[in-house]
Amino acid sequence: MNRIDAKFAQAQEAGQKAFIPFITAGDPDLPTTGEIILEFERRGASIIELGIPYSDPIADGPVIQASYTRVLERKIPVKEILEFVSGLRERTEIPLVSMVSYSIVHKFGLEQYLGQAKEAGLDGFIVPDLPVDEAAALSTSAEAQGLKNILLCAPSTPPQRRRLIAQVSTGFIYYVSVMGITGARDKLPEDVQEHLLELKSLTDKPICIGFGVSRAEQVRMLARVADGIIVGSAIVNLIAQNARRPREEVVRITGEFVGDLITGLK
Amino acid sequence: MELPDESGRFGKFGGRYVPETLMFALEQLTQEYEAARADPVFQEELAYYLRDYAGRPTPLYFAERLSKELGCGKIYLKREDLAHTGAHKINNTLGQALLAVRMGKTRLIAETGAGQHGVATAVAASMFGLECEVYMGEEDMRRQALNVFRMRLLGTKVTPVTSGSKTLKDATNEALRDWMASVEYTHYIIGSVVGPHPYPLIVRDFQAVIGKESREQIMEKEGQLPDLLLACVGGGSNSIGLFYPFIPDEAVRMIGVEAAGLGLESGKHAASLVAGRPGVLHGSYSFVLQDEDGQTLPVHSVSAGLDYPGVGPEHSYLKETGRAEYVAVTDDEALESFQMLSKLEGILPALEPAHAIAYMAKIAPQLPPDTLTIICLSGRGDKDVQEVARILEEKGTTH
Repeated sequence: MNRIDAKFAQAQEAGQKAFIPFITAGDPDLPTTGEIILEFERRGASIIELGIPYSDPIADGPVIQASYTRVLERKIPVKEILEFVSGLRERTEIPLVSMVSYSIVHKFGLEQYLGQAKEAGLDGFIVPDLPVDEAAALSTSAEAQGLKNILLCAPSTPPQRRRLIAQVSTGFIYYVSVMGITGARDKLPEDVQEHLLELKSLTDKPICIGFGVSRAEQVRMLARVADGIIVGSAIVNLIAQNARRPREEVVRITGEFVGDLITGLK
Repeated sequence: MELPDESGRFGKFGGRYVPETLMFALEQLTQEYEAARADPVFQEELAYYLRDYAGRPTPLYFAERLSKELGCGKIYLKREDLAHTGAHKINNTLGQALLAVRMGKTRLIAETGAGQHGVATAVAASMFGLECEVYMGEEDMRRQALNVFRMRLLGTKVTPVTSGSKTLKDATNEALRDWMASVEYTHYIIGSVVGPHPYPLIVRDFQAVIGKESREQIMEKEGQLPDLLLACVGGGSNSIGLFYPFIPDEAVRMIGVEAAGLGLESGKHAASLVAGRPGVLHGSYSFVLQDEDGQTLPVHSVSAGLDYPGVGPEHSYLKETGRAEYVAVTDDEALESFQMLSKLEGILPALEPAHAIAYMAKIAPQLPPDTLTIICLSGRGDKDVQEVARILEEKGTTH
C-alpha cells in the first residue's frame, strides 16, 4: 500500500487529522533538511511535503521562492536531492510528497522522473503548474508506479471542475485556502469551512488544506472540516531567519514551532 | 484550422501550465475575449484609438539607400517606431486596456524588461483612467532609469522585483502572483505572445495590425506580395504581428531573428528557438533555454527587449512546421546595423529590430537581385543611444 494511503487509513481509524509540514529540500542544506524531517516526524507530523527548488515558481509566494533561489545558488541538482531522499528512506517511513514544477518533470521525461522518484522513495507529487486539464498522463503513469498525483483545488474553481479534480487527484486533494499564492497570512477567509464541506460532499478522498496557515488556532479551526492541514511559508520563513544558527538549533526551533501547531489538532 | 485550438494549442505548443488559482481567471478572459473579438463595436472602438491616439496606420517606407547598399532588390521598413510611445507595444496595450474596461476591471498590471511595454501599458492606463502597477526587475530599473521615470510621470506605480535574477522573467512571475490575488478587479497585460492561453492568441491578434497594414500597403505600392518578411524575436510579438496575416501565402518567406548575444557557443545569448529545447516556462509549452534540470538559464543580449529565455508558442509551431525560419545574430552585428541604418536612412532603430536589419545584411548577397522585402522596424532607438554610446566607446569604434 502506498504510504500516503496507509497514513490516511490509519488516521481515519484513530479519528485523527493529518499534519503536513512543507520544507524546501536543501534549505539551508540537505543534512539539515533531513534532520528537520526526522524532528517533524518525532513531533507528530503525518506526511512531509518536500519542495524541489525551481527557478521560476509562479505558484509559490516570495518566502518559498527565496528558499528555492538560495538552494539553486548553491547549485544543488535534482539528482542530488533524489539521492538525499534515498538516504533518508533508510531512516524513516514517513510519507514524502514532492512539490515539483512541471518544467522539471518535463525536462527529465515523465516516466524517467516517476521512475527515479519511486526508486528514491517518494510517495507522491504535487505539480502545482499542471492543472487537471493537463494532468491525465501524469496521474495514469503515477498510478502504475504506485505513486500519487495530488491536485490543487481553489476557491475560484467552478463546481464541475471540482468534481473533475476530485476524480483525477489521488492520495488526497489539496485545497488552497486563500486566493493567490502561498504565504503566511493573518486570518483565513470566512467561507473556507463552507467550501471544504461542499468539496467533501463530492468525494471520499481526504481533503487537506494549505496556503496561509501559520498558527495553532487556525489549525484547530480547520481540523474540524479538513482531513489534513498543510503549513509551508511559516516554516520556511522560520528556517530562513535561523539559518545561521548551528544545525541543532535550527532543528529544535522549527521542531518546536511544528509541535506547537500540532497541538491545534488535539 | 484556426490556431490555437480550444485548449490553446498551436500543434503541441502552448496550453496552460498554471496553478489552479489562475484557471478561472484565464477561462473568464478567454470567454470575454472571444466575445469582444466578434463584437464589431469593440473592433471599431479599438480601430478608433489605434488611429486617433496611436497614430496608425504606420508608414511602410521604401528604404532606398539601404536597398542600394545591400543590393538585393527593394527593402521596405514597417515603421512601428512612429507609433505613439515609439514602438509596436502600444497596439497590444490599447487593445488589452479596452478589453479590461469592457470586463469592468479598474486596475492594470504588467511586467516589463526594458520598460517599453511598461510605458505602453502606463500610457493606456492614463488614457482610459485606470489604476496601473508595473513590475520591473531591480536590475532592469537601474539600467532603464529613464523609462522608470516616464512610467511614474504617467501616474503608474513601478514596483521593483528583487526575487530570482531580478530581471524580466522574475517581473513576469511577480505580475502573475499579483494577478492571482487581485483578479477580481485587475487585468494583467502580458507584453508579448507568451504565457498561458489565451495570451498568445490575444497579443497576436492585437499585433496582427502590423501585418494587415503591411499587406495592404505593399499591394498598393508594388502590386504584389513581398518575397520575404524579417522581424526580430524576443517573446515574439512584433514578428508574429507581421507574419500572421501572411501565413497562408506560402510563397512569402518568413524569417525571425533572435539574439545570439556574445555568440551561441558562448552560452551568453537569448536564442530560445535556435538553441533551446521545448519545455515549460510561464504557463506555456514552447522552446525555452533551460539547463538539464529544467531550471531557466540566464540569458544575455545587448537588447533588453530580446533578453528573454522563452518564446511565444506560435513561433515554436511555425518553426516545427517549417513555415518560418529562425536565425540569430550577435550583439556586434546588431550594433553595426544600428549605425548603418542611422547613417543611410536617418532612422535610429531600436537595438531589437537592428537584429533583423543585421540578418538582412548578412543574407543579401544570397538573395535574388529583385527580392521584395518587408522588415518590421519595431521601435525607435532613442532609448538605446546611451547604451550604444557606452559600448562603442569601450570598443573604440565611434566614428
